[in-house]
Amino acid sequence: MSHVQMLDQIFVIVKHWLLAYVPAGWQPLASAVMSVVPVLILFPLLFAITTVLERKGLARLQNRYGPNRVGPFGILQPIADGVKSLTKEDIVPRSADQMVHLLAPLLLVTAAFLGYAVIPIGRGMVITDMNGGVLFFFAISSLVELAVFMAGWSSRSKYSLFGAMRAIAQMISYEVPLVLAAVVVIMAAGTLSTVSIVNAQASYSGIFPHWFVFTPWGFTGFALFMVAATAESNRSPFDLPEGESEIIAGYYIEYSGFKFALFFLGEYLGMMATSAMAITLFLGGWAAPFSFLTWVPSYFWFFAKLLALICGFIWIRGTLPRLRMDQLMNFSWKFILPMTVINIIAAGVWRFMPMGPWRWLVCSLMIAGPFIVLGRATSWQGKGVAVRKYRYAE
Amino acid sequence: MTITFLILAGLTIAGTVAAMGLRNLIHCVLALTLGFVGLAALYMHLGAQFAGFVQILVYIGGVAILAVFAIMTTQSAEPVTRPGSAPFWVAGTLVATGVFAVLAWAIHGSGAHGRVLPAEPVVTAQQIGFALMRGYVLPLELMGLLLTVALIGAVVVAIHERGESI
Repeated sequence: MSHVQMLDQIFVIVKHWLLAYVPAGWQPLASAVMSVVPVLILFPLLFAITTVLERKGLARLQNRYGPNRVGPFGILQPIADGVKSLTKEDIVPRSADQMVHLLAPLLLVTAAFLGYAVIPIGRGMVITDMNGGVLFFFAISSLVELAVFMAGWSSRSKYSLFGAMRAIAQMISYEVPLVLAAVVVIMAAGTLSTVSIVNAQASYSGIFPHWFVFTPWGFTGFALFMVAATAESNRSPFDLPEGESEIIAGYYIEYSGFKFALFFLGEYLGMMATSAMAITLFLGGWAAPFSFLTWVPSYFWFFAKLLALICGFIWIRGTLPRLRMDQLMNFSWKFILPMTVINIIAAGVWRFMPMGPWRWLVCSLMIAGPFIVLGRATSWQGKGVAVRKYRYAE
Repeated sequence: MTITFLILAGLTIAGTVAAMGLRNLIHCVLALTLGFVGLAALYMHLGAQFAGFVQILVYIGGVAILAVFAIMTTQSAEPVTRPGSAPFWVAGTLVATGVFAVLAWAIHGSGAHGRVLPAEPVVTAQQIGFALMRGYVLPLELMGLLLTVALIGAVVVAIHERGESI
C-alpha cells in the first residue's frame, strides 16, 4: 500500500487496528460505536466553525467587523456561545406541555444526526451503506417536521404556533421538489445506495471528472436541489418561519438556554446534511475535482466541498431579502416543481440518445425553453410589469 | 425471537396503546407516531428495508402531520376530557378479541406456523422498481390517476369562487 493510499485510508486502518483488540463478541457493537462517535464529534465541531464563519461573513457583507473579541479574530466565539447557553437559565412556560416541550429539541437533533448515517465522507468511510440510502435520508428528514410541530404546539404561544405552521407548510411544499430533483441522479446511477452513486461519479475522462453536475440535467437538478434545500432548512430567503419582524423567532421562541442551542444545532446539522447529500448526489462526493489531484485524501475533498456550499448559503443569506408567503408557495408549486418534472424527462432523453453534441443540445433546449417560459409566466403573472397592489395593507 | 424484536414490538405496542389511552388528542397522534416508528423498525428488522423507509416517509411525513393539522384546524388545542363509558369499552374489547381470534386461527391453520422457512430473499429497491414498472405498471398508473383525481377534487372543493370575499 503506497503512502498516498495509506493517508487516504488512515481512519479506516486505525479503526480496524483498534477493532482487533476488542473481544469477538463485542466487535459489531464496537465497530458501530467507532463509526458513529467521530461523526457525532466532527459535525458539531463543523457547526461551531460555521457559526463563526457565518457571523464573520454576514458582517463583511454588511460592512461590519463581526465577532472579534474572543480569541484571535474572534475564532473562539463558539466556545463563549456554548458556555453562555449552557449556563443560562432554562425557562419553560407555565402553560407549556412540559413533556412535549422537552422532547421536541431532542427529536430534532436526533433526526438531524440520523441523516449522516448514509453520507459517505471519504473512500470507504460511511456508517452504513444501505441499499436504499437516499430514501432513508429523505424519510428521516420528515421527522424534522414533526419535531418542529411539537416545539410550536407545546409552547402554547401564538407566535410559536404560527411559526410551526409556516415551517411545516414550507417544508412539505419543498420536500416534493427536493426529492424529485434527486430522482435524476437515481435514474442515471441506477441505484439508491449513496456509496454506489459516488462510485459512479469517481472516474475521469482526460483530467475532468464525471460528476453529474456537469450534464444539463445534472446542473439543473443541482440548482433546484439547492433552492429546495435552502427552503427545507428554513434559511434566508426562505426564513419566514422565524421572521423576526412578524413572529419574533417562530417555533422556538419559548425556548431558552441549552434547548435553544439544540434547536440552533439541529437547524445547522440539517443544513449540512442536505448539503452533504447534494455533494453526494451531484458533486461527486469525496472524488477529487481533477484527475491529477487524486493524491489528496478523499475526506479532504468532501469537507472542502461542504464548506464551499456552506459559504454559498451564507452569501445568499447576506444578499437576498425574505420572500412573502404567497411568493414562497407560488415559487415552489408553479416554478420549481414543474422544472423538476421537466428535468426528469430531459434526463430520460439524455439516457437514450447516443453520445455526442446532439445530446447536449437537445437536453439543454429541453430545459432552457421551459425555464424561460415558466419564469416569465410566474414572475409577471401574465400581466406585465405593473405597480404592485397590496391587498391587505392599503 | 431476538432481543431486538422484543424491544421493537414493545415500542410499537406501547405507542399504539398510548394512542388509544391518552386524553389529549395531540398526545394521541404523537404516541401513534411512535407506533409507526416501531412498525417501520420492525419492517427493517425483517429485512424489508424499502417498506420500512416508505412507512416512515408516508406515515410520519404524511399521515401524522396531516392528522395533527386536521386536529389543530378543527379543534381547540385544549385537552379534551372524554368520559370512558362502560358499554363502549365492552364493545371495543369484544371486537378486538374477535378480530384477534380470527387472525390467530387463520395464521395457525395456514401452515405457515412452525414451518422452517428458507433463507429470506433480499429484495432490493431496484427489484421493487422493476416489478412496479414492468409487471404491475397498469395498477401503478391507475393508482396515480386516482390520486390525481383526488388532488384535483380537493383543489376544486377548497378554491374560492371568483368575486367571493376571502
